[in-house]
Amino acid sequence: MAVSCTPARVSARGWGWQHSGRTAMAVHDLDLDIAAGERVLLLGPSGAGKSTLLHALAGVLGADSDDDASEYGTLTIDGVPATRARGRAGLMQQDPDAQVVLSRIGDDVAFGAENLAVPREEIWRRVPAALEAVGLDLPLEHSSSALSGGQKQRLGLAGILAMEPGLLLLDEPTANLDPEGVLEVRDAVRRTLDDTGATLVVVEHRVAVWLEVVDRIVVLAPGGGVLLDGAPDAVLARAAGMLAAAGVWVPGHVPAVRPRVNSGSGEVLLDAAALAVSRQKARRRHPAVPAAVVPLLEIQAGRALSVTGPNGAGKSTLALTLGGLLPAADGRLGAREPLARGAGADPFRWRGRELIGRIGTVFQEPEHQFVTGSVRAELDFAPHILGLETDRVDELLARLRLDHLAEANPFTLSGGEKRRLSVATVLAASPSVLILDEPTFGQDANTWAELASMLTELLDAGTAVVSVTHDAAFADMLGGERLVLGAVATQGVRR
Amino acid sequence: MSADILAQPRSTAWLAGANPLSKLGAGVLITVVLLLTVDWVSAVAALALELCLLPLAGLGARMLLLRGWPILIAAAVGGYGTALLAPKTGNVLLVLGPVLFTTGSVESGIAIALRGLAIALPGVIVLASTDPTDLADALAQRLRLPHRFVLGALAGMRLVGLLVAEWQTLGMARRARGVGVNTGVAGRVAASLGQAMALLVQAIRRASRLAVTMEAKGFGAGPRTWARESVFSRRDAAVAAGGLVICAVAVGAAVVLGTWNPVFG
Repeated sequence: MAVSCTPARVSARGWGWQHSGRTAMAVHDLDLDIAAGERVLLLGPSGAGKSTLLHALAGVLGADSDDDASEYGTLTIDGVPATRARGRAGLMQQDPDAQVVLSRIGDDVAFGAENLAVPREEIWRRVPAALEAVGLDLPLEHSSSALSGGQKQRLGLAGILAMEPGLLLLDEPTANLDPEGVLEVRDAVRRTLDDTGATLVVVEHRVAVWLEVVDRIVVLAPGGGVLLDGAPDAVLARAAGMLAAAGVWVPGHVPAVRPRVNSGSGEVLLDAAALAVSRQKARRRHPAVPAAVVPLLEIQAGRALSVTGPNGAGKSTLALTLGGLLPAADGRLGAREPLARGAGADPFRWRGRELIGRIGTVFQEPEHQFVTGSVRAELDFAPHILGLETDRVDELLARLRLDHLAEANPFTLSGGEKRRLSVATVLAASPSVLILDEPTFGQDANTWAELASMLTELLDAGTAVVSVTHDAAFADMLGGERLVLGAVATQGVRR
Repeated sequence: MSADILAQPRSTAWLAGANPLSKLGAGVLITVVLLLTVDWVSAVAALALELCLLPLAGLGARMLLLRGWPILIAAAVGGYGTALLAPKTGNVLLVLGPVLFTTGSVESGIAIALRGLAIALPGVIVLASTDPTDLADALAQRLRLPHRFVLGALAGMRLVGLLVAEWQTLGMARRARGVGVNTGVAGRVAASLGQAMALLVQAIRRASRLAVTMEAKGFGAGPRTWARESVFSRRDAAVAAGGLVICAVAVGAAVVLGTWNPVFG
């Protein structure tokens, strides 16, 4: 039995929104009509108000006690103000863990329908239909925590479908997913749209993912209003260059990256043999179960190493172990003298001060690594610990286009700014080995190109760069070697 | 990464099929009755009957020890303290310097330890056999507690499980920044406080994203329906009767054997 919806129509007339305490408006003077059943990809530079518009349509703007916010003009769904059109729109966000409300998947799908006071029999008719529509073939009792990121997003989509909304709002739904998860979610969305005919508005940097799903592209202007609007081919043909300059991933366009000029000295800094990695603590009679085993590995000055493989293959665990943040579960991992410089061979036993000048690790989530209250203090932090001069800080700030934000709180930055800052804070300690975990997840093309250029420069200067990544283009840019970890954790293949 | 330590498969035990409210009610009844008296007979009787119920809650000896060891230790410590401080009546059993145990004081100590166990065990049984979602359903539908509050707490509890993994990640992420290089107690305390603060920030940010998800799913405004109906069945009558039987047997045995020793009066 299919889930049925009546497609919704959206209309904005001179609509604007100003968050409390901000001088600039998040959205300014927007006129936009979306017909019932249309599928719209919403593009625009960061700060053009794409997310604000989506949240407004979902009726959740001001949900986090933003009482002093001001709204201008009108924004309606089927002629009803969006704030009062409860249940007509369903919103999916970026963070898969913030998508799930209840602990069993059947209950989680039912949650939205319950809130709309749908009768019980009807809810239990819709729940299996919604799960089938998103391709989640699991028992209703299945734990919602034991799902991959892509599955959690599809679960969220099923919950939205069970509300039978006329309008699907997707806010970078695949930014935190690996390539497989991206396709899972994209295909689930397309299938449900084909089934229900619902209207779609999706915000996403990566145009190629959604190009075959959408029938219209709307580009918001940074200053307010609509910059471009039309069929995908027409918009891309007219404005590919402009969109690429704004950081949009235009299909077929790979951003320019500073090329490498040398190939590294080949001096071995860190090497491993039969290295088993695990997050579990080994106990007597209960040795840790390895997440991955790497037969042989050498990390060389001025050389890149890209670690790839499916989810759950132990890539991040390997990165943490190489970074001296987890002990090796078994086998050997040793820093050679050019790296160790008298601190001993085991990076896990190094003190914090010894570690940061030798091996720097950039985590997937930048916020995990912010330890101070301002951008400048973040960059001062490592030089201060190491007793170094902090005169490089201004150079780094300018280099990463963060100089105008020097006094801002790191948590208030945009996604791309946070990523640039988190890399810069680690670089401020000038480590000989730099390890990055999925540095390009969710990044726009500009941040991507800046990051890749900065890394090729570091490589030329003799830093070893290890990146865990699903991003083939990124790995190609850095060159060097690949380590493919298999789903079968013992297959470490070196090429 | 996002392993949820609170999410366990729903128990299939007989008691898991009873309404959480009847289990809570029976548990509270036993606790109150056992608090009325301080003798060992009623405690032993209640404890023996409670132990018979363990299979109904799906709790094996191993599982019980895993979950209940803090209670065992607390009972032992309480019993020891009582034996140490209770009036020294009866024969002297052991003298170690200022420490003196007599048959009377040891008897009081054992009685207190057993009573502690008899009072705590119903709690363990209820917790082990009750699914948090079922409890929330019962509280909101049967006790008519505000659903905004009950479901908010339920959704929040899921996030608590994520905090454990988040704490470990934060610890590593901060070591990678060189946090905690000032050794010594003060340095470590400062580093831990900083990490706790960072955890709090992450928890609040995730919670506010979850709140947006819930709000976008229409939560919190207007009337709602319940996909799962919280019902009372014959099983609940049996649970209530079981609670009454345990209380009656405990009190009856104490009165018949003449050890009934009310706290009040």
